Amino acid sequence: MPATLFLPAILAKLADAKQFEVSGDTVGELVSDAATRFPALGTRLRDPNGEPYAFVTFYLNDEDIRFHGGFGAKVSDGDELTVVPAIAGG
Amino acid sequence: MELPTLTHEEILRYSRHLILPDVGVEGQRKLKAARVLLIGAGGLGSPLALYLSAAGVGHIGLVDFDVVDVTNLQRQVLHGTSDVGTPKIASARKRIAEINPHVELTTYETPLNSTNALEIFKDYDIVVDGTDNFPTRYLVNDACVLLGIPNVYGSIYRFEGQASVFATQDGPCYRCLYPEPPPPGLVPSCAEGGVLGVLPGLVGTLQATETIKLILGIGESLAGRLLLIDALGANFRTVKVRKDPNCPVCGTHEITTLIDYEQFCGSPHVGGDPKVSFNVPEITPTDAAARLAKGEIDIVDVREPHELQIAKYPKVTAIPLGQLVDRIAELPLDRDLVLACRSGVRSAKAVQQLQAAGFTRVSNLAGGILRWIDEVDPSQPKY
Ligand SMILES: [Zn+2]
Repeated sequence: MPATLFLPAILAKLADAKQFEVSGDTVGELVSDAATRFPALGTRLRDPNGEPYAFVTFYLNDEDIRFHGGFGAKVSDGDELTVVPAIAGG
Repeated sequence: MELPTLTHEEILRYSRHLILPDVGVEGQRKLKAARVLLIGAGGLGSPLALYLSAAGVGHIGLVDFDVVDVTNLQRQVLHGTSDVGTPKIASARKRIAEINPHVELTTYETPLNSTNALEIFKDYDIVVDGTDNFPTRYLVNDACVLLGIPNVYGSIYRFEGQASVFATQDGPCYRCLYPEPPPPGLVPSCAEGGVLGVLPGLVGTLQATETIKLILGIGESLAGRLLLIDALGANFRTVKVRKDPNCPVCGTHEITTLIDYEQFCGSPHVGGDPKVSFNVPEITPTDAAARLAKGEIDIVDVREPHELQIAKYPKVTAIPLGQLVDRIAELPLDRDLVLACRSGVRSAKAVQQLQAAGFTRVSNLAGGILRWIDEVDPSQPKY
């Protein structure tokens, strides 16, 4: 399934784009696709075991994937995956 | 509880609120009765303090132990040029009194910690998180959940921000959104990464808006939603934040008292404090300059390329910290290397990375270019 990955500025520089098309049937596969193309981005999206970090939240459309099977969450054609890492500035 | 009455002067002052159907006299009296605690008088705390006091919030508490620095003035509009070098709570008090003398202000010139947080928070209806570091954000969250006080959250980085309302009666908390903090150093602070000056203005006024809505009981709160602000894209969007039944503080209630948040966040320090100890070998700028002149050491500058244009070390190998591991082969193992950055924090991490890669002759330039300018080369500007 083609989907669009949206990155915040802090991660966009690792892919040279704020958004781009990724493909896969699950969120994990979308992330793998992005990680294969941009290895430096990959290490910021998932830990060495291929699991999501507790400080990086993934939204499939408007929903936090943690409550929908994590990286196993199913993707539909045209979905939007938004990466929202924790920031602390004030 | 009986709401306080408004004097004639207050009625005139707040007239644009009083003629608003959803605020009115009763709403203004609710604002006057409200007790709001602001954590931090910095980028977010500035618009918060200005607007909440102008709006007539009757009692504002302010926690901050910082001193106004000239680099704050680009965004911290609560403080002015003549306040540089004085405590932020002093300039805040002066400014708030000028905006609205009806505001009762209580200041806490102390770092917030697990020992004092509950005692300070318990007297307030709403806490607004305008801090600049992860340990304090988790501390504020947990204290709010434990006491049942809403936490109006905002946070910023470079050109982007986040806002939400946590710890309302049935709503999620910050830990439901981010169960654990990133490892220290992964997310740079504003001092290290920079921030667009107007961004905290945007996010802080959103927090002020949410605070006023909570007091008045009007509108749709951001509780249960996270607002993502992208200043460059001029995009605002919200995503859902769900209450996590496994959340240790608001779900399972395993956490019943405040913990050690420095340890939880794995950080030896709070925020962008340059006087940090990383337990790596250090060299002072004076000693480094002397050894450099004799050709005994090489300086490796781990700052970003755009920083090198502001102030420079002489004769360096420049490798930004983010590329160091990939470009490690460019560095000699048989020379004494001095790692350097702006304040000595990133270079300390660089020393640790090189040590992990087997380098033994590495040390950190204490205090970075800021101290280098003080001790060795005052001709260059600080930033
Ligand atoms: Zn929670």
